[in-house]
Amino acid sequence: MDRLDEGLLAGLMARGVSRRSFLKLCVTMTGVLALPAAYAPRVAAAVAAAPRMPVIWLRGQGCGGDTEALLRGANPTTAELLLDLLSVDYHDAFMMSSGTAAVATQAEVRARYPNGYFAIVEGAIPTAEDGAFLTIGGRPFGDIVREVCAGAVGTIAVGSCAFDGGLASANGGSTGAVGVGRIVSDARLVTLPGCPVNAENLTATILHYLTFQAMPATDGRGRPLFAYGGLIHNQCGRRSHFEFGEFVQAWGDEGAQKGWCLYKMGCKGPETFANCPTVRYASGTSWPVKAGAACIGCTTPGFWDAMSPFSGRLPSPIPFAPDVSADQVGQVLVGGVGVLVAAHGTASFARSKLARIRARSSPAETARLSVAVPAGPTATEPSPAAPEAAGPVESTPTATAAERAAEPSVVPAEPSAAEPTATAVEPSVVPAEPVAATQPGEPAEAADPVPTVEPSPTVEPSPTDDRTPTDDAAVDPAADTTATDGR
Amino acid sequence: MTRLVIDPVSRVGGNLRVEVELTAGTVTDAWTSATMYRGIERTLVGRDARDAWLYAQRVCGTCGITHAIASARAVENALGIAIPRNARLLRNLMAGTQLVVDHAAGFYLSQSLDWVDLASALDADPASTSTLARSLSDWPSSSPSYFGSVQQRLATLVRSDQPGPFAHASWGHPAYALPPDANLMVAAHYLEALDWRRRIMRIQVLLGGKSPHPQTFLVGGMAVAAAWGGPMRPSPGEHQWDLETASPAALSANGLSDISGLIDEARAFAEQVYVPDVTMIVKAYAGRSPIDAGIGHYLSFGDFAEDDSERPTLLLPRGRVMGNDLSGVVAVSETGVGESVDHSWYTTGADDGTLVAPGVGRTEPRYAGPRPPFDTLEGFDRYSWVKAPRYEDDPMEVGPLARLLVAVASPGATPHALARAVSQVGLEPEALFSSLGRTVARATESLFVANRLGPWLTNLKDDLAAGDLAMADISMWDVASWPAEARGFALAESARGAVGHWVTIRNHRIASYQIVDATTWNGSPRDARGRRGAIEQALIGTPVVDPDRPIEILRTIRSFDPCLTCAVH
Repeated sequence: MDRLDEGLLAGLMARGVSRRSFLKLCVTMTGVLALPAAYAPRVAAAVAAAPRMPVIWLRGQGCGGDTEALLRGANPTTAELLLDLLSVDYHDAFMMSSGTAAVATQAEVRARYPNGYFAIVEGAIPTAEDGAFLTIGGRPFGDIVREVCAGAVGTIAVGSCAFDGGLASANGGSTGAVGVGRIVSDARLVTLPGCPVNAENLTATILHYLTFQAMPATDGRGRPLFAYGGLIHNQCGRRSHFEFGEFVQAWGDEGAQKGWCLYKMGCKGPETFANCPTVRYASGTSWPVKAGAACIGCTTPGFWDAMSPFSGRLPSPIPFAPDVSADQVGQVLVGGVGVLVAAHGTASFARSKLARIRARSSPAETARLSVAVPAGPTATEPSPAAPEAAGPVESTPTATAAERAAEPSVVPAEPSAAEPTATAVEPSVVPAEPVAATQPGEPAEAADPVPTVEPSPTVEPSPTDDRTPTDDAAVDPAADTTATDGR
Repeated sequence: MTRLVIDPVSRVGGNLRVEVELTAGTVTDAWTSATMYRGIERTLVGRDARDAWLYAQRVCGTCGITHAIASARAVENALGIAIPRNARLLRNLMAGTQLVVDHAAGFYLSQSLDWVDLASALDADPASTSTLARSLSDWPSSSPSYFGSVQQRLATLVRSDQPGPFAHASWGHPAYALPPDANLMVAAHYLEALDWRRRIMRIQVLLGGKSPHPQTFLVGGMAVAAAWGGPMRPSPGEHQWDLETASPAALSANGLSDISGLIDEARAFAEQVYVPDVTMIVKAYAGRSPIDAGIGHYLSFGDFAEDDSERPTLLLPRGRVMGNDLSGVVAVSETGVGESVDHSWYTTGADDGTLVAPGVGRTEPRYAGPRPPFDTLEGFDRYSWVKAPRYEDDPMEVGPLARLLVAVASPGATPHALARAVSQVGLEPEALFSSLGRTVARATESLFVANRLGPWLTNLKDDLAAGDLAMADISMWDVASWPAEARGFALAESARGAVGHWVTIRNHRIASYQIVDATTWNGSPRDARGRRGAIEQALIGTPVVDPDRPIEILRTIRSFDPCLTCAVH
C-alpha cells in the first residue's frame, strides 16, 4: 500500500472519519491560519490528496506539556491526529517499543523517508557537560536533534523550551539549555513558542504545509505570522475596558467580577505576540485572561525573566499601536534581555525628558507626569549594546511610601462625562514606570539599527485619560526632539 | 549473568533508563536512572514568592496542577494565609479532575498495552466482544458493529506499512493472558479514552484558562471571579457570542452547568469503562504469583481537604503502612522526610550520604556518570539525576496503592470506599502488594475521587447562591506586609503519589526551595545504606522470558505510573 497513491482522505474514510468532520477541520484550520474563507476548499482538496506524513517527535528538556497540549486536540481529535492524519512513528509517550527497538525506529524513518518527514521537537537541549544533562539511549539529546532534523523536510519546535531554552535557561540556568534554533539551521525551522504551545497552531502549521508545500510565513524568530503576528492586547476581549479605564485593582474585586481589564494586575498582553484571544484553548472555550488570570507573556523570548514578576507591571517600549509586529518593533525589543535594558534606559531617558517637559507644562500636567516616572539608574541614553545580567526586574505593583507621598491626589486633565466610581481609587495602585507610546498608527523606523521605537514617558491610563492624539503629542519627547528649540 | 539496558523506557513521564542484571532469566538486580535534569528549584531562587507556583507548575505537564497548588500552599503556610472555602473547593475540583483523568487516560495510553495484545484483538469476534462488554457494564458503545469498526480501523493501521506508534510491538508475547475479545474491547476503550480526556479537560480550561498549565491560581486563593450579579446574569463584559458558542464564564450558570455535565461524563467513564476493564484484567492475571512486591513500606501525605480548619479531614488520608502490616497506620509529619545524594549526581558539599531535610536542603548538580555517549552505567557509583528520599531512614513506595493501604489500615474506620471497591474486584489482600495491586488501586481511586467532584461543585454553587463570593484572601498580597523571613511547606498527593514543597522567603523573594515528588520516592536510586528505591526493589525476582521483548519488566515499571521529569525537577 503505497502511501502516495492512497491520499489522506481516502485513508481517513477507510478508518471511519467522516467526510463532514474532515471538511470541518479544514474550515477551522483555514480560520486559524488567518486565511480568507475562500481558501478552505483549497485546503480541503490539498489535504485530502496528501500523503500521511511521518513524524518523529522528540521530547527534550521540558515538562512534556506540549505533548499534553496535543492530547487536548478537538479537531482533529488526538486519535485522528496520531493515527490517521499523520504517521507518528516515534513519540516516546505513545510508542509500543522501548530501548534499542525504539531508537532504531528513528533510523528507519530517516532511511525510508529522506526529506519526507516532520521533525517535531519539544523541550530544550542542554549543551553543558558534554550533554550529560539529557541523554536518551546514552546519547546527548543535542546529537539526536541534529541527526533527526537534518533529514526532515521541516522542523517544528513546539513550546517555549524548544524555542529558546525556556525554563531550564531562565536566569542562565545550570545546564547550558538552548532552543532548537541553536542546533538546527534556521531555514527549515518553524518555532511555536508558548507555555505550552497552543496545539491548534501546530495543527494549522502542518496543514499549511500539506496545502501549500511550504511552511507558513514567519517573523525573524521563526514564529508563524498567522499566530504570532499581532499583540494579544490588540485582540483581547477586555480591550474596551482598558480603553475606558476600567481595571481590576485587586483580585476578586468588583472589576474582577465584571471582567475588567487586568492591566494593573500585571497582564503582559500589551507586550506579547500570540493569538490566544482569538483561537483560545479547547475549541475556543477560554484563555487565561478570559478565565480571570493575567497574561504572563509566555510566547516572548526569555519570558521567565523578561516578563517577571508576573503580578507587576513592567516597563515596556512596545507602543500601543494596532498593527505593530514583532519584527517592526525590532530585535532588541523582542529579545528578553534587551527589554530589560531598554526599560532601565527608558526610565532614565524619560526622567531627562521629563525635566524639559516640566519646564513648559502646566502644574496639572506635571503632577500627572510625576506619577509615571520611577527612581532608577541615571544613564541618560538607552544602551542596548551592553546587556545587563538577566534577572527578574524589581517591580512592585504598588508605589513605595516615598513615591506615594510625592504623588498628588488625582487631578483629571479633563473631566469626562461618565466617570465610573469604582475606578476612582488612584493613584496608590498606579505602577510608577513609563510605557512608550508613539502616535497611534505611527510606524517604527525600520532603518534605525538602534531600537526603532523611541521610548517616551506617558501616563498610566487613568479613568479620565481618554488618550487623544493631542494628549500624546503634548508629552511625546520624540516630537520634542524633532521640533525646533523654540518650544 | 547478563546485563540488560532499556533506554528510553517509553510510555512514562520524562526520560527513564533502567539497567537490570539477569541470572537464569530472572532479574537479580536493578538500577533506575533519570537521564534528564533541569534545576527548577534553583530557578526559583530570587523570584517573587507570589509567582512561585507559576514556575513550580512547570515541574510537570501532566500533574502540574498539584505542583502549582502545593507551591501556593507552601507560601500561604509561610505567611499564615488561610484561603476562603470557595478557593479550596475550586482547587479540589481542578486537582481532583486531574487525578481522575490522569489515572484513567494514563492507564489506557501508557499501561493498557502491557496487559492487552493488540494483534490478538484483530482476531476477535466483534459479536462475542459485544457480549463481553455488555456483561461488564451498561456503557452504550458496545454493539457488535461498533467493535467491528474499531477492529477494522486498527487492522488497517497495524497491518499497513505505516503502523505509527504500534510498530515493533510485542505481539504474541507469552506474558499476555487475555482472550482476543477482551483485547479488542480494551483497544476500543483506548481510543475512546483519548477523546474522553480531551472533553473532560474542558473543566480545567473553563476554570483555569488553558490546559495544561491553567493559570488562575493565586497565593491566597484563586483568581477566578464570581460573576457580577450572580450566576444567572451574564457578565457585563461577556459578549453574547461567547455564550452562544459555548464559551461561558466559568462561574456563570452556563459555565457551572457545563462543569457539572463534564463531571458526570468523567464519573461515567471511570465507573462503566475503566474500573470494569481493570477488574477483568486483574481476574485474568491474578493466577500468576505476585512477583513484584517491592519495598513493603507505603507512604501517603494525604490530600483534598474537606473542611477549612487548620488540620482538615483529608479525602485521601495521611499515614504510613510499614512492612506490609495492615493492622495499623503509622503517623506522618514533614519532619520525617530526608534526602540523600549518595548515589545521585549531586553534591551537598558535606557528607552526601546524610539525609538532609528539604527545609534546609539544596540542589547542587554534579554529574559523575559516564561521558556521553555511553553504553552502560555499570561501575558508576552515582547513576541518576533523582535524589534518594527516605522517611525516617526508610525507603517508601507512594501512589494510589499506598493511599489505599493507608485507608484500609486506618484504625476504627468503617470499611473505606476504596477498600470496598477493591474487595469487589476479588483481589486477596496479599495480592495487593504487586503491579496488579497498583493497577487496581489506581482504577478504584479514580472512581472514588470522581464521586466527590459533584459534591464539591454543589458546595461551590451553594456558596455562590448564598452570596459568599470570596475566592481569595488578599490581605497579604502587598509584600510590604510580609515578615523579613518566613518558612513554609505543603504536603499533597498527585495522581502518582506524595508531593512535598518547602520554601524559605526572605524580603518577599524566594531564598530557597525544595521539592520532593512522588517519583522521587518511587524512582529513587540507592541510599547511603545501599537500599534500593521502590521500582528497583519491585523488579527483583521478575522473570524475563525474552530479553529482546522484556514486557514483564516494563509492565512492573509502568504500574508505578512514573514521571522522571517530576522526580528530578
